[in-house]
Amino acid sequence: MEIISKIILPIFIIVIVFYGVKKRVNVYDAFLEGAKEGLVTTFNIFPAVIAMIFAINIFLDSNFLAFLIKLISPLLGRITMPLEIIPMALLRPVSGTASLAIMNDIFKNFGPDSFIGRLASVLQGCTDTTIYVIALYFGTVKITKIKHALWGGLFADLVGIGAAIILTNLFF
Amino acid sequence: MVGYIWAFLIGIGIIYSLLSGNINVINESILTNASEALDLILNLLPIIVLWTGVLKIAEVSGLLDKFAHLLNPFLCKLFPSVPKDNKALGYISSNIAANMLGLGSAATPAGLKAMNELQKINPEKDTASPPMITFLILNTAGVTIIPTTILALRVAYGSSNPGEIIFPAIIATTCSSIAGITLDYLIRKKHQKWK
Repeated sequence: MEIISKIILPIFIIVIVFYGVKKRVNVYDAFLEGAKEGLVTTFNIFPAVIAMIFAINIFLDSNFLAFLIKLISPLLGRITMPLEIIPMALLRPVSGTASLAIMNDIFKNFGPDSFIGRLASVLQGCTDTTIYVIALYFGTVKITKIKHALWGGLFADLVGIGAAIILTNLFF
Repeated sequence: MVGYIWAFLIGIGIIYSLLSGNINVINESILTNASEALDLILNLLPIIVLWTGVLKIAEVSGLLDKFAHLLNPFLCKLFPSVPKDNKALGYISSNIAANMLGLGSAATPAGLKAMNELQKINPEKDTASPPMITFLILNTAGVTIIPTTILALRVAYGSSNPGEIIFPAIIATTCSSIAGITLDYLIRKKHQKWK
């Protein structure tokens, strides 16, 4: 497993670069053009990142979550899932930036190689901003009756969250 | 909706810390927050720029289209009601291919074009058609092979093997896609029976 996860990235890059050379693309210029776009995109998301880090940190620093966890912990009994992951799972379908901010906080407090750090990584990687995407895509074609698209998507996310928890336990 | 959640997070945070006498922590949090956001962006910036550069090569060389083409046989099975030569299928495959590579900015335009094409063959213009629902469930399951932002943050916080999460994430995302598609299929079957 470790080998697979270590060779994905290098193989990806070599295939892309070699294919570009084979097709006589000016790979260096193409890279620079794409990199410039990436720079613009990153700066464009900066305001959203500030906004989300601000709100999430106020929420997390208030310790309201610890209070909530204390309230519901008798109900959960012996489940050993790290509960800090719950707000991340809840916010993931709505805002990618918000869940990114929580993942950042989890890395800061527990480290990326802790169980919860790995779980947060898998979770961020295996689900998408379902509610946002559905609103955007249906909004552009002016569809108001969306039938089971929303809860179908959320169901898929739920399965993804469950799979993330199981797989993180299995893999690490 | 994001606005409400944002306000809710700030409201709960400030009110709870006022009530619990935690106001010093909140003051510090407010004042140091913005620079933490800058740290986050600076952590993400290099690898995003690098990766969008690499992927531009894939886009210009036609590798992305080729990759999208590989998905076509699967798509015909998933969207039986869309004619095989319809443009929508091409846009759907480029949307999914771009999403898989973590090319969000290329995925969205293709996805919106796919929605427009699907809307053209939709008999009821205000109601989501079956292929639209299948497409969105597939799209929101979010299959990503290279999650650049996650890798960047893991590197920034000193992970000993940043890429170790890629493989479990791919399996998890496959599970959620299959679950979503299966549910969609079952619902469609049920509706056909009712008719």
